[in-house]
Amino acid sequence: MSIDYVKPEQATGTTRYVGQAVDRVDGTAKTSGQARFAAEFPYPDLAHAALVHATIARGRITAIDTAAARVVHGVVDVLTHENAPAMKPAPKMSMLNLGSIASSSSVNYLATDEVHWNGQPVAVVVAETVETARYAASLVAPTYQELPAAVDFATEKHNAVPEKKGNPLLEGGADKGDATAALAAAPVSVDLEFSTPQYNHNAIEPHATTAVWDGDHLTLHDSTQNIGWVRKHLAQRFGVPEKSIRILSPFVGGGFGGKGRAWPGTLLAVLAARATGRAVRLALTREGVYHTVGGRTPSTQRVALGADAQGRLTAIVHTSVSRIARVGGLPEPVTTATHHLYAVPNIHLSHEVVELDLLTNTFMRAPGEAIGTFALESAIDELAWELGMDPIELRLRNEPERDPVSGKSFTQRMLREAYARGAERFGWRDRDPRPGVMRDGRWLVGMGVATAFRGSIHMPVHVTVRLGADGKLVVRCALHEIGMGTATAQAQIAADEMGVPLESVRVEYGDSELPRGVGAIGSAQTASAAASVLAACAKLRKAVLALAPPGSPLRGRRIEELEARDGGLHHRDGGQTYTEILTAAGRDHLEVEHKPTMLGFLARTVRDSRRWVKATTGAQFCEVRVDPDTGEVRVSRWLGVFDLGTVINARTAASQLRGGIVMGIGMALSEQTLIDHRTGRIMNPSLAEYHVPVHADIPHIDIDYLNEPDPTMPLGLHGIGEVSITGAAAAVANAVRHATGKRVRDLPITLDKLL
Amino acid sequence: MTEMRMKVNGSVESLDVEPWVSLLDALRDRLGVTGPKKGCDQGACGACTVLVDGMRINACLALAVQYDGREITTIEGVAHPLQEAFVRHDGFQCGYCTPGQICSAIGMLAEYEAGMPSAVTESPGLDEAEIRERMSGNLCRCGAYNGIVDAIMDVTGR
Repeated sequence: MSIDYVKPEQATGTTRYVGQAVDRVDGTAKTSGQARFAAEFPYPDLAHAALVHATIARGRITAIDTAAARVVHGVVDVLTHENAPAMKPAPKMSMLNLGSIASSSSVNYLATDEVHWNGQPVAVVVAETVETARYAASLVAPTYQELPAAVDFATEKHNAVPEKKGNPLLEGGADKGDATAALAAAPVSVDLEFSTPQYNHNAIEPHATTAVWDGDHLTLHDSTQNIGWVRKHLAQRFGVPEKSIRILSPFVGGGFGGKGRAWPGTLLAVLAARATGRAVRLALTREGVYHTVGGRTPSTQRVALGADAQGRLTAIVHTSVSRIARVGGLPEPVTTATHHLYAVPNIHLSHEVVELDLLTNTFMRAPGEAIGTFALESAIDELAWELGMDPIELRLRNEPERDPVSGKSFTQRMLREAYARGAERFGWRDRDPRPGVMRDGRWLVGMGVATAFRGSIHMPVHVTVRLGADGKLVVRCALHEIGMGTATAQAQIAADEMGVPLESVRVEYGDSELPRGVGAIGSAQTASAAASVLAACAKLRKAVLALAPPGSPLRGRRIEELEARDGGLHHRDGGQTYTEILTAAGRDHLEVEHKPTMLGFLARTVRDSRRWVKATTGAQFCEVRVDPDTGEVRVSRWLGVFDLGTVINARTAASQLRGGIVMGIGMALSEQTLIDHRTGRIMNPSLAEYHVPVHADIPHIDIDYLNEPDPTMPLGLHGIGEVSITGAAAAVANAVRHATGKRVRDLPITLDKLL
Repeated sequence: MTEMRMKVNGSVESLDVEPWVSLLDALRDRLGVTGPKKGCDQGACGACTVLVDGMRINACLALAVQYDGREITTIEGVAHPLQEAFVRHDGFQCGYCTPGQICSAIGMLAEYEAGMPSAVTESPGLDEAEIRERMSGNLCRCGAYNGIVDAIMDVTGR
């Protein structure tokens, strides 16, 4: 793959944009300070809100003294369960109600005296300035009656129960053959326990909401990656029709799953605006994000592998325990990748879940696969050590032709090619297979690999495309821009489909008034939107042809004979520009829509899922340097080779893939949310104490991809927002194992674990 | 309330602020200058980085009243080749840390030119290791670090 840099203004309508490294269309807005985020919209009567967080894990509020807060000059109101207007209860979770899936917990905030987690909002202060609101919030004094609480995952995990069947969001347990017997009979085996801590998303923009009621009409500037679900949820909680809520989210400062649901901050900003009659902004503090927005569940996992002496796997057992909250949360599908990665006759996969008195967990970049691949791919590496076999060779020996559990076909599977290219490019053959012998000065050097895997989904999306007589194209859809380059990628696709220059295309997004989009979740957005943009552009070309005036060289042609290029439709015997055709027809513009029905879409999805497994995969190569005296680990080189289908924008794709790897390096080496096992309070709710990778932690990350279209996907493309975090932590752990001889099974790999 | 004047991006602004108002909140909430971002409000992320008389600081850790009579430059007042280089090298994704990264990089280059050493300074020359070390106060959760370093290397001609 070579990245060809094309400046939009140099490109013409005959250039194909898909696959090229074009500039982001919002690059100037983001580098000049013009991009406005949810907490940055001024209103003349704007008031600021601050939250009061519970300081117990479970119990009742017996009294809440707000007198001292109320007398602070500039305080508008203090809302508690004693005086706040009621919201409707959170809807019961149902797959038929997207508003219910957006529900971040079952708690009805400020409606009862109950406390369900340490950090739960128990009061909201509204004031004229943010400083006043915060100060007054510190003066609100609740008194509690504490009840016994279960908050410590390490001790409570023994109370875990098998996860309930029938959650369609999850790929559940699986059994094939007799894994226990095969494991016992295997000549070579490993049987290892792994653990991963809670992780938090830590998007650099803390969640923020500006809420403005006008009668029963609500305008919301919200840092959400899921406009549609959040709007449905708010309509249900505040008893207003969906169409009277407008959510505007043109720029969102990172999400990673953490902005995918309706968290308390959003609900309470809307409630406070309703109660006070003011425009209210609630910008969470960083600590407030930790206390009110869930993170990734911790897990313990067992991976046991059996193999024959030639390294052919005979058994895989992968079981996990994760947690949800008593008030909600989603079981983490930890073993998803293990369904699909290795050709094994005997497989046992299962999940157990324990309910704790903590804030709900939620999805975070590649839920399931991110932590599941850490355990699986570490165990595979350990088996390679046991066998004395190269870990890439072990993987290739067990690469399946069909999906191991279901027997279905893969729509696309090029892991062999990814490993072959990666090994060559990374210099794998220079790796001395013995542990602890490669050195760079005093540093121990290690090289590790791991496989990346992420299932691919897409959803129905409603799109309109408008072609003006001036030849300009407007694509409209309530999509989200949280950093992936949404507008840029869809503009590239539309420009190619209609044969117009990229600068003639404008993509409107981030507004619930636009045709219904899809959440920027599950790596689903780009492919989902692309399918509808393709369909709408096909309709638009037909509509243009139908307008071809008498005497036009297009007249009487079939659409299949024509090519969209140079700003018009062309046949080898001649063509016309869109401007000529629309002007001759006396039309100012033409607009078409593509609106797939949910039912038809689901029918196709079910049919597809019976035939195929769709996924993106990759080979992660990591090199580390470990200080033999201090145990300090530095990642010194990285290469990820991915099988992603068609890549739309070479530059933004590489950035997104790097971003997942950076987060994976954080997972591996420094990140963890620490919870006080006595009180359930998060102990490190700040960016000073939760260590995300910084510049100095990240070397140049080399990205390569195979760019082979998946024939079953629109334009052959898959979403790519998540795959690169998978396998990343295992690649680091495997490199550390090679450098030091030590297998760390408990993330993060901090210095103490290597001494 | 304290009356104060600052030059912000070239224009003189008078404002009345309580002594506890941070420079960041004064800029964002009082003056509507929202380029500097609030990512942590405690000096851990660098999203609020602005230039004060050419020096980079975390505006969230500064009290506005201390900056009476000073000249503040935020991203809105920056016209620097780094901005185009950030676009060309994709030195961002969501764009939230970007104003801080760019202001920080401008301040960092000035520090380097003035001969200020860093923890990794060994040999002359602003190499990637130097840039990474000197930019480590600016977090990017999207993980655009490679693009940021490439953009800075590009404008320094290395």
